[in-house]
Amino acid sequence: MLRLVNVNSYYGLIHILKNVSMHVSEGEIVTMLGANGAGKTTTLRTISGLQPVRRGKIFFHDQEITGASPEKLVSMGIAHVPEGRQIFRPMSVYDNLELGGYLIYKHYGKKQLKTDIEQTFALFPILKERRTQYAGTLSGGEQQMLAIAMALMSRPRLLLLDEPSMGLAPLIIKDIFQMIAKLQADRKLTVLLIEQNANAALKIADRGYVIETGKIVLEENAGKLMTNQEVKRAYLGREQKEIWE
Amino acid sequence: MNHTDGTLIDVLQFLFMGIQRGSIYAMVAMGFNMIYNATGIINFAQGEFVVLGGLMMVSLTMAFNLSIVFAFILTVLFVMVAGILMERLTINPVKEPTVLRLIIITIAVSIIIKGAAMCFWGKGSHYMRHFSSSESLDFYGATILPQTLWIFAILFFLVVAYVIFFNYTMTGKCMRACAINRDAARLAGINDRKMVMLSFALSAGIGAIAGIIITPIIQMDYTRGAMLGLKGFGAAVLGGLGNSMGAVFAGILLGILEALGAGYISSHYMDAIALVILLLVLFIRPSGIFGSSEAMRLKEF
Repeated sequence: MLRLVNVNSYYGLIHILKNVSMHVSEGEIVTMLGANGAGKTTTLRTISGLQPVRRGKIFFHDQEITGASPEKLVSMGIAHVPEGRQIFRPMSVYDNLELGGYLIYKHYGKKQLKTDIEQTFALFPILKERRTQYAGTLSGGEQQMLAIAMALMSRPRLLLLDEPSMGLAPLIIKDIFQMIAKLQADRKLTVLLIEQNANAALKIADRGYVIETGKIVLEENAGKLMTNQEVKRAYLGREQKEIWE
Repeated sequence: MNHTDGTLIDVLQFLFMGIQRGSIYAMVAMGFNMIYNATGIINFAQGEFVVLGGLMMVSLTMAFNLSIVFAFILTVLFVMVAGILMERLTINPVKEPTVLRLIIITIAVSIIIKGAAMCFWGKGSHYMRHFSSSESLDFYGATILPQTLWIFAILFFLVVAYVIFFNYTMTGKCMRACAINRDAARLAGINDRKMVMLSFALSAGIGAIAGIIITPIIQMDYTRGAMLGLKGFGAAVLGGLGNSMGAVFAGILLGILEALGAGYISSHYMDAIALVILLLVLFIRPSGIFGSSEAMRLKEF
């Protein structure tokens, strides 16, 4: 479904992604592990068109999308939930969802947008309760739910999730990951998930990549990654002794 | 006149004059804020939009003898097209748009518009007939021009339209979304470049309206843009950059202070008063009286 071929990306003069090649198949949850600054967020920003590709190609459904604008990619079915809960804080929850469904409004009109928002409310009942509240006044978990709900409003085929668990309480993290797994099962949604919380991510993922300083160093099934010595040491926080003895 | 309290009448008279001038500053400031919110830059050609509006209206009503309403609409459309052209030709094509580059471009555009206006309309100042009668009305001893009442009414109408547009229409919400969080707006499928163009169109439109309604009172000539723009900028800063309701209050406040200063100190210092206030705000509270200092820290400019 999504394929990156030798993608290179720069912030100014700094080479961030170095020949990154990866793929995500239809219906999969794929996760990407890596330390801070390894290039995980840049990978997602490159896929969604926020970050320009310097060399290499990106394909979506076998169609080349290298260099397409984010607006175009959203309409093709790629939704990106950026890290840090990028919602419109001074606007109401309802307005946020409306904006998330901007393309629905543009193509199908106001009525359809309303029905879509009602469907989203069915999926996230807490947002319905909070519909008139300013988005900035929601709790962290609710804001993350809203960010995901906004992305879903554009009826995506592929969801790019950037650290949905960042700064949230463990119980809420559990909720959010259950929600992601449910979305994949119910809506046949394909998910590319970036997480610091490698344990939680690997539990729901089918496959995973490990990225280090802008290079993909490992690709494995999620189950195998969980038992991989190196991954355990670096990302799962198992004790050193356990591995070395 | 049966009022004995002359000083009260004076104050009332200055208030009218202040609110009248302030309304214009408020409109210019609203125009500044629209473009500021969409792009993060100050459009120094904002005052030129006002001049274009005024001069175009003069031509249409005085030379072509069109009715006020029809000329009004045509003029606003004309200046909006000028705003769109400005954005498409000078802002949009910039490869690596930094705030400084864009601001310098707007200064260049303002010089070009000023030059073109001089070639087209000449160096003299232009008179335009008032919307309705030019006879002053008596109001508790003070006098007020019907045109001033038009100015108040149009400012009120603009503020209402502004609130409705930005809070209840999808396009307005999209523009706000772009201002709040550009990346998130683009990820929702909103074309931010289009919103920038729209902000130039609307801002030019507001500028044109300001120019149209003030021309019968001040008489327009091609050099007026700089001072009107500067005072509008003062109002925008005083109200907190980006905060249009703040700008409306600040604009009117600035106008009143200016009128009081002109009346009680000296009318020679009228322009200086606005600039001194602008400097004081920048020294003491750069976020403006209605702006939050927290938001200010996040802004580029």
